[in-house]
Amino acid sequence: MNDVAPAPALSPKDFASDQEVRWCPGCGDYAVLKAMQKTLAEIGATTEKTVFVSGIGCAARLPYYIASYGFHSIHGRAPAIATGVKLANPELDVWVITGDGDGLSIGGNHLLHVLRRNVDLQILLFNNETYGLTKGQASPTSRVGTRSPSTPRGSIAGPVSAVAFALGAGARFVARSVDTAQAHLPAVLIRAHQHSGASFVEIFQNCIVYNDDVFADFTARDIAADAQVLVEHGQPLIFGKEKNRALRLDAGTLRIEAVTIGANGASKSDVLVHDETNLALATMLAAMKPPDLPVALGVLYCDPAPSYERSVMAQIDEATSRMPSRDLNGLLRQGHTWTVKA
Amino acid sequence: MNIDLKPTAGRVASADLPAEALREEVESAVVRFAGDSGDGIQLTGTRFTESTALAGNDFATFPDFPAEIRAPVGTTYGVSRFQINFGSRVIKTSGDAYDMLVALNPAALMVEFAGMKNGCVVIVDSGAFTDRNLRKAGFDANPLENGALDAYRTFAIDISKLTLDSVKEFGLSRAQSLRCKNLWTLGLVYWMYDRDRAPTIAWLKQKFAKRPAVAAANIAALNAGHAFGETAEMPAGTTGFTVAPAKIAPGLYRVVSGGEALAWGLIAAAHLSGLKLVFSSYPITPATELLHILAGLKHFGVVAFQAEDEIAAACAAIGASFAGGLGVTSSSGPGIALKSEAIGLAVSTELPLVVINSQRAGPSTGMPTKSEQSDLTQAIFGRNADSPVVVIAARSPSDCFEVAIDAVRIAVKYMTPVILLSDTYIANAAEPWLIPDIEALPRTPVAFRTDAEGFQPYLRDEATLARPWAVPGTPGLEHRVGGLEKDYDSGHISYDPANHQRMTAARQAKIAGIADDIPLQEVECGADRGSLAVVGWGSTYGPINRAVGNLVAEGLDVSHIHIRHLWPLPRNLGDLLGGFDQILVPEANAGQLLMLLRSEYLVPAEGLSNVTGAPFRIAEIEAAIRARLAA
Repeated sequence: MNDVAPAPALSPKDFASDQEVRWCPGCGDYAVLKAMQKTLAEIGATTEKTVFVSGIGCAARLPYYIASYGFHSIHGRAPAIATGVKLANPELDVWVITGDGDGLSIGGNHLLHVLRRNVDLQILLFNNETYGLTKGQASPTSRVGTRSPSTPRGSIAGPVSAVAFALGAGARFVARSVDTAQAHLPAVLIRAHQHSGASFVEIFQNCIVYNDDVFADFTARDIAADAQVLVEHGQPLIFGKEKNRALRLDAGTLRIEAVTIGANGASKSDVLVHDETNLALATMLAAMKPPDLPVALGVLYCDPAPSYERSVMAQIDEATSRMPSRDLNGLLRQGHTWTVKA
Repeated sequence: MNIDLKPTAGRVASADLPAEALREEVESAVVRFAGDSGDGIQLTGTRFTESTALAGNDFATFPDFPAEIRAPVGTTYGVSRFQINFGSRVIKTSGDAYDMLVALNPAALMVEFAGMKNGCVVIVDSGAFTDRNLRKAGFDANPLENGALDAYRTFAIDISKLTLDSVKEFGLSRAQSLRCKNLWTLGLVYWMYDRDRAPTIAWLKQKFAKRPAVAAANIAALNAGHAFGETAEMPAGTTGFTVAPAKIAPGLYRVVSGGEALAWGLIAAAHLSGLKLVFSSYPITPATELLHILAGLKHFGVVAFQAEDEIAAACAAIGASFAGGLGVTSSSGPGIALKSEAIGLAVSTELPLVVINSQRAGPSTGMPTKSEQSDLTQAIFGRNADSPVVVIAARSPSDCFEVAIDAVRIAVKYMTPVILLSDTYIANAAEPWLIPDIEALPRTPVAFRTDAEGFQPYLRDEATLARPWAVPGTPGLEHRVGGLEKDYDSGHISYDPANHQRMTAARQAKIAGIADDIPLQEVECGADRGSLAVVGWGSTYGPINRAVGNLVAEGLDVSHIHIRHLWPLPRNLGDLLGGFDQILVPEANAGQLLMLLRSEYLVPAEGLSNVTGAPFRIAEIEAAIRARLAA
């Protein structure tokens, strides 16, 4: 459980470390860092109980810039390191910072298992659809045809969807936001923090140097309202500049379709209402993409279950309560023993 | 001599002789049980081991089984073996050639021919020597009939039939009944070595508490086998043996395997240092046993984490250490290879980490159930860049306890990874162990840094060169660590060339300095200087020590040096080696310690390699020593 203090004791500035931030000017990571520091202040985090664990890549530098405990580890392994941290001390509040290459390529296995185990971590995957730190190769989330130094004629392999992967892995909290969404992103991060268990958040993050505007088809200021749907539990899935676009389930094809309310017989009563505990709905929302459908942002899925490290400790507590003495000498003398006389 | 014993009730034997008169007193004996994977050979060996312990003998065991869980019945590659050497003298190895072989099928006999002494007692189940089984084992003719066993004292007994007869009344199926064959055989071997059956009977009752018919049948088979010997259905002139209790240090003993001693050593070390043990591992033969044992000891507060892969297992242990736990990971060679990047991270972040390698035959997957000590250079050097760690090796199953405590002590005191080398042989073998008193062991409580005044994460202790262990949750000590190079003073990321030179030297100096905190090298056996030093490490301790001891007793000028601390090496080792004209290094690899000694000390050492998967035989080491001293 992540306890939320009633009033923030520290300000966002208090979570800035003394290190100079070294991302490229204009990088989306600055925006995420800002949202992160704001979130930490909002949730009343303390610097001493907060731990940031990262792998390798541009995003993985983030722990250096936060005035908490931090561990910049090796490529792809942050979920495993963070699992060890929680097993040693479940009281720590641990955030994992990863990227599309770190989390879905070299570290895909660890991400899969940390999610299905449901270790109580907030896992933030910065997706910029490229390997920024190694100068712009195609990544596992790059769209087919992406031209890069390693794919000069365009990438061939299809991309993996981070949120579909997380849902498939059994994650109990899956959300999505955008680096520059300075109101939406902290709100999503706060929800992720409130959730007990593994919280997975995909953040669309712009790489200004190697993949600029790759998400412009749904984040550009002029089209965002029509190309995004901000999902909220219990609220109808309505979007668009005029708030007249909506999502409807076609019962015949079991597909989500976007309709305009009032046009072609579409009425408000047909509109899907978001239920974040509904895995099937979350899976459909995760798959939506432009131009036919808006990108779903917000908490797509949240259905808590006991966290891994709590269950581990519960088993240990149960075992120790039965044998409170912890008699090591007794352990060594269990079973057959015999005495050799002098 | 080849005696075919048909189970004829009317056979007349020397029943009028008192049983004791039939017994021959021997100082030690090597008994080898062999049969199909499904014959219960390991169970038989384990029970015989317990009876050996209770008889007061010293002993060492060598379980040897196929990698296949259920290999095809009757094949040579499906043969499971268990060897025990026991005696009234101190036992140092699981033994060379066998004094007694129990072969429950033709395949077992086929693979064991080479290991038998002349005059070896051979007990075979003639009921299993069918044409089909003989063909499967690769025999052209029945060895029970063609004189192939003439050099041995062979007892061909239809154990299958006698077992079926003995358990008839319990209403088990034929297959279930035949499964009691190992207990029948064990009963006969108990008679041969004058053993008490009561502990085995008690064990069977407990094991099959929920299946009383199975328990009763097994007990009946055990008793029938024993009665077969005792009621003198054996041929005239057949003697049993007695082995007097060994003269070993007084105290309370138990049987311990390498896996158990390691597990208990880790728990004891956590207790002594006041840390929470977080053990993180991925299944791999032969290291898995440790995970199983620790997973069953939750009541000691142990976290035993089965990770998704070897890398995650190492990383979770590192994460645990970062958070103030005692992070330990375990594997075998191929798994250690996967962990090497993570071990480098622990070198760079200077966090305590214990890495246990139960070595097996390689390269690659190699022979997973066979022993080798070929990961020494991997342990010392097997990482990218200059990444020194501490390497220590256990020499026997019980030694694992002490070595585990030492590994933890060094890892925590010096904030460094320590690689602990065990091997398949040590992991599976068992020996008697004088049980220590935990409360008498020195406590080494860990003091985490709490003082924020003057704190820098990489500021080193002047004596140990260790950085402070400042764990998350401590106010005022918030800091970041990682695999990037750090500034010597502040611990911030640094690409400064001179700083990297200094940090590289500091990491080397920290590990090298540990040589002052380990015992000076001693000579195990023989003089401190002389003609020939035989230098070994790990599980070759037993055969080397026995071989050198035998030859010292003969008056040869030879000494045994056994190295536990392989990196850093003991301070005086170079001087010690300099006192010998010749140096011989027997190793279960192609010459890894040999290379280390030659490069470190520029000594003209020579190697003796055995990578057969089986332990060194005393005789082959003796021969190598004689050859060098004769030259």
